[in-house]
Amino acid sequence: MNFSEPCRLTGLLGRISPDGRCLASCVQYRLIVRDVTTLQLLQLYTCLDQIQYIEWSSDSLFILCAMYKRGIVQVWSLEQPDWHCKIDEGSAGLVASCWSPDGRHILNTTEFHLRITVWSLCTKSVSYIKYPKACQQGIAFTKDGRYMAVAERRDCKDFVSLFVCSDWQLLRHFDTETQDLFGIEWAPNGCVLAVWDTCLEYKILLYSLDGRLLSTYRAYEWSLGIKSIAWSPSSQFLAIGSYDEKVRILNHVTWKKIAEFEHPAMVADTKTVVYKEVEKPPSVETERLSFPPTRALASSLFSTQSKYDISQVPVSFQYIKPVADRANPKMGIGMLAFSSDNCFLATKNDNIPNAVWIWDIQKLKLSVVLEQLCAIQSFQWDPRQPRLAVCTGNSKVYLWSPAGCVSVQVPMEGEFQIVSLCWHPTGDSMALLSKENFCMCYLEREEVK
Amino acid sequence: MGDWKTVTVPVLSSDSKNIFQYTSEKKISPPSMNSQVLRLPLPSSKSMHSFFSAFCTEENIEQSISYLNRELTTLGFPSIYVEPKGKELNLISIINCMNELLVQQHKNLRAQEEVEMQHLKLGSDMDHLQNSYAKLKEQLELSKREIVGLQERDRQLQSKNRNLHQLLKNEKDEVQKLQNIISSRATQYNHDMKRKEREYNKLKERLHQLVMNKKDKKIAMEVLNYVGRADGKRGAWRTDKTEARNEEEMYKVLLSDYEQRQKQLLVENAELKKVLQQMKKEIISLLPPQKQKPKERSEDGPVLSDLEEDIGELNKENMWELSCETVREQLTNSIRKQWRMLKNHVEKLDNQVSRVHSRALDDKDVISREDHELKTEKLELEIQQCKEMIKTQQQLLQQQLMSPCDDDTTLLLQDCYLLEERERLQEEWRLFREQKKNFEKERRSFTEAAIRLGLERKAFEEDRGAWLKQQFLSMSTDYKHSENVTTPSAFLGSSDQDSRLTNSTSQQRKPHCTLSGPVSAEPGQMSQYISCNSSNAASKKPAGDGKPNQWEESDEGEVE
Repeated sequence: MNFSEPCRLTGLLGRISPDGRCLASCVQYRLIVRDVTTLQLLQLYTCLDQIQYIEWSSDSLFILCAMYKRGIVQVWSLEQPDWHCKIDEGSAGLVASCWSPDGRHILNTTEFHLRITVWSLCTKSVSYIKYPKACQQGIAFTKDGRYMAVAERRDCKDFVSLFVCSDWQLLRHFDTETQDLFGIEWAPNGCVLAVWDTCLEYKILLYSLDGRLLSTYRAYEWSLGIKSIAWSPSSQFLAIGSYDEKVRILNHVTWKKIAEFEHPAMVADTKTVVYKEVEKPPSVETERLSFPPTRALASSLFSTQSKYDISQVPVSFQYIKPVADRANPKMGIGMLAFSSDNCFLATKNDNIPNAVWIWDIQKLKLSVVLEQLCAIQSFQWDPRQPRLAVCTGNSKVYLWSPAGCVSVQVPMEGEFQIVSLCWHPTGDSMALLSKENFCMCYLEREEVK
Repeated sequence: MGDWKTVTVPVLSSDSKNIFQYTSEKKISPPSMNSQVLRLPLPSSKSMHSFFSAFCTEENIEQSISYLNRELTTLGFPSIYVEPKGKELNLISIINCMNELLVQQHKNLRAQEEVEMQHLKLGSDMDHLQNSYAKLKEQLELSKREIVGLQERDRQLQSKNRNLHQLLKNEKDEVQKLQNIISSRATQYNHDMKRKEREYNKLKERLHQLVMNKKDKKIAMEVLNYVGRADGKRGAWRTDKTEARNEEEMYKVLLSDYEQRQKQLLVENAELKKVLQQMKKEIISLLPPQKQKPKERSEDGPVLSDLEEDIGELNKENMWELSCETVREQLTNSIRKQWRMLKNHVEKLDNQVSRVHSRALDDKDVISREDHELKTEKLELEIQQCKEMIKTQQQLLQQQLMSPCDDDTTLLLQDCYLLEERERLQEEWRLFREQKKNFEKERRSFTEAAIRLGLERKAFEEDRGAWLKQQFLSMSTDYKHSENVTTPSAFLGSSDQDSRLTNSTSQQRKPHCTLSGPVSAEPGQMSQYISCNSSNAASKKPAGDGKPNQWEESDEGEVE
C-alpha cells in the first residue's frame, strides 16, 4: 500500500472522475485537476467565489462548480481549458446543483426550492420544474441515465414526476401516499422507485417505472421510522435502516420482509467474528534516539499503531443512549451499504458508534463486527471486490475483506484526520479526505483479498 | 316388654360359697312372685331342696296347690283339680301340665339362647359401626380442614389474578391513553404544519412572481460556445411521436426487466425441480432395501407398491416439464410422503440401534450389518466394473471416430464398413439403373405408340376424306333415289344415332377413347360430329389388332 503526499483541500471537495483518470479538488475558489496516478497538476481553474460543490459530468469532460452564496454555477471543460460557462441564478438564489446523466444539462435548484431550472449546454433552451420538494433526496436518476424522478409537493400533498432525460418530457405524474416525503431512490435496474416517508412515519412505497404502486411496507407505527435505505446492486434486495436499531431486508419478488437484522449491544453468536482494534505500543529503538528528535521520529512516537485482535464472543459494545428531547437523535441505523458483488451489507448503528456490522447476505446473518477505538466517520465498499474501507477520524485507514482485516497508518507529518474516503472506479486506489488535506492511497493488486 | 337386667342373686347364708350370676332374667309381672323369684338363687343340687321347699311347705300345701292351679288356669292350662272347687288332685292333668311346662321351659331356654346370640351379634355389629363411625368422623374432619385450606388458597390466587388483571387493564389503558395522546398531537402537528405550509406556499408564490416579474437580466447563462450533445446527435423537437416513443421505450424497459426476472425464476424453478426429483429418486432407492429384510415391517409392502405406482406416474419425462399446479402439488406431496417414510425408517433404525446397545449384541443385527456391508462392497465392485466398461467403450468409440491411425484392425474395420456401404450403394445403383431401363423402354414404346397413332390418324383422315368424297358423291347421285337411300340413311342415321348414343355413352365412360363405330350420318350432323370428334383422333376402325393393344397400352400408360 502506497500513500501519496498530502495536498490541500477545502470543504471535503475531492472527486475522482468517472473514467478514473483525473482527480478534482478545491482549495477555496480554485479548482485543481490532477492526474490520479501521479497527482500531477493538469489544470487549474479559478472561480468567482468560494466553491461549495463540484461534480464531474458523466463523460468526465466537464466539471461544474457551484457557489451557493453568489448563486453562480461555473462549468469548466477539460478538453478546452479556454472554454467557460457561467450560469447565474441572480435573485432566485441557488441551493443545489447537479448534472443530468447525459452530461449536457445542469439542474439548479433555486432558493426556497421555488423551482428547478434545467439549463442546457447544447441548446439555448431552459426548462423549469415547478414545486420541487425540499427534502434530502428530491431528485433521482436511474443508473442508465434514462429517467429522472423528481419529488414535488403541491397543496400539501406529495407527488412524484418522472421525466425522460433525453428530451425532458414528462412521462408520469402521480401522487404518493406519504405524509411528508423524505427521499426517493431508484433501484439499480431502473424499474422500481423507492419512496419513503419522514421519520415520523415508517412507510416506504415502491413504484414501478410506469407509475403503478407495487407495494407498501410499514414495519410499525408511532415510533421513529426510516433513517436510511440502500438497494442491492442486483436490485434483489432493499435494505431499510430504521431508528429502532434494526435493518429490514425486503425482497424484490414479493416486497415482503425476508430478514430483520438486529444490532444489540451484546453479540453472543459464536459464528460471528469480532475484530477489535487495539493499540500497539510504539516501538522505539533507544539507540537511534537523537536530540533534537527528527520529525519522522516525533510523529512515529506520537502516532500509535494499532492492530486488530479477535475478541471472544460474547462481546458487549459501548452503547450510547441519546438525549430524548432533541430532534434527529443519534440512534438507529445511520449508514447502510451493499457490497458490489451483492454478498455483504455493511451497517452502522448510531447507538453503537464505534462498530461496523457486516452481514452476509447469502446466509442472512451477522458475519463480522469491526469494533474501532473511535467513532466511525464513513465507510465505502470497493467498486470491484468485497472490500470495505473504513475511516474513523484518525490518521488510519481500515480495510476489511473476507480474508481478514488490516489497519494502516497513513504516514503523514502533522495531523491528518480522515473524515471521508472515496474509491477509484477500478478499486486500485482511493482518496482519503480530511478537512484540510487529502491524499491518495494506492493499493497493490494482491493486497488484502 | 321387660328390660334386660343383669341380676346378681345374693348368696344365701345357708348355701355354699358359690356365687351364681344370672345373666338375664325376665321380670314377671306379679310383684309377689317377683320378689320371691328374685330372692331365689340358682339351684345347685344341694340347694335345690331348699329352693323348692321355700315355696311349698307342709303347712301351705293346699294354698300352694290352689295358687298353682290358679296360675295354671290363667296360663291356659287345664285345672289340676278333678273338679272345680274340689280338693282332689288330677294327677294326669298335673303331669300333663308339668310336661307342658317343661316343654315350654325348653322352648323358652332355646328362645333365650337365640335371643342372646342375636344380642351378641348385634352388640358386635354395633361396636363395629361405632368404630367406623368414629373413623369416618375423623376423615370428615380432615377433609373439611383440607377444603378450608384449599379454599383459602383459591381465594388468594383469585385475588392475585384479579390484581394482575387489574394491572394489565391499567397498563392497557395507559397505553391506549398514550396512543390517543400521540395521535391527537400528531393530528395537531399535522394541522399546524399544513397551515404553515400553506402560508409558506403563498410566500413562495409571491416570491416566484417577484422573481419572474423582475425579468432579472442577471438570470442568464453565459457560454463561450454551445457544446455538442454527448451522443453526437442533433436535438429533436418534442412531438407526440416522441412522446409515444418515450412511452414505448419505458414499457420496453419494464418488460425486459420482467422477462429477465422471469427467466431467472424459471431457471431456478427448473433447478429446484431437478433437485427434488433427484432427492425423490434417492429416497426411493433408500427405502426398497426394506423388502429384503422380511422380519421388518410388513406394512411397507403395500406402501411400496404405491410408491412404485407414483414412480411410474411421475417419472414420465413430460410430467417434469409441466408447471401446472397439480403436477407441482403431486411432486411435493410425493416427496413429503417419502421423506416421512424415510424418517420413520431412520427412527426405527435408531431404536434398533439403541436396543442393540442396551442389550447384548444381537446376532441378527450384526449379520444384517455385515450383509449390508457385503452388499455395499458388491455394489462398489459392480460400479467399478461398469465404469471400466464405460471407459473401454468410450475408448473404442474414440478410436472409431478418430482419423485413420496405423492400427491394421481399425483400417480393416474401416474398410469393412466402406465395403458394406459400397455394396449397398452398388445394389441401389443397380436397382436404379434397372428402373431407368424400364422407364426408357416404356418411353420408347410410348413414342412408338404416339408415332403409330399419328400415322394412323393420318391414314384415318385420308380414309375419311376419301369416304366423305364418296359419300358426297353417292349422296348427290342417290338424292334422286332418295327413299331407298334415305331409309338406309335413316337406318344408318338411326343406327348411327344408336351408335352415337353408344358412342356418347362410351365417350362418357372413356373420354379419351372415341368412336367405336364408323361415323356416318347426314352431312350436317356428320360435319358436327366430325368437328366434335376431330379432337379425338384415333378411331376404332377395324384396322388393326394393334389398336386394342394400343389402347390397352395407353390405358396402362395413363394408369401408370
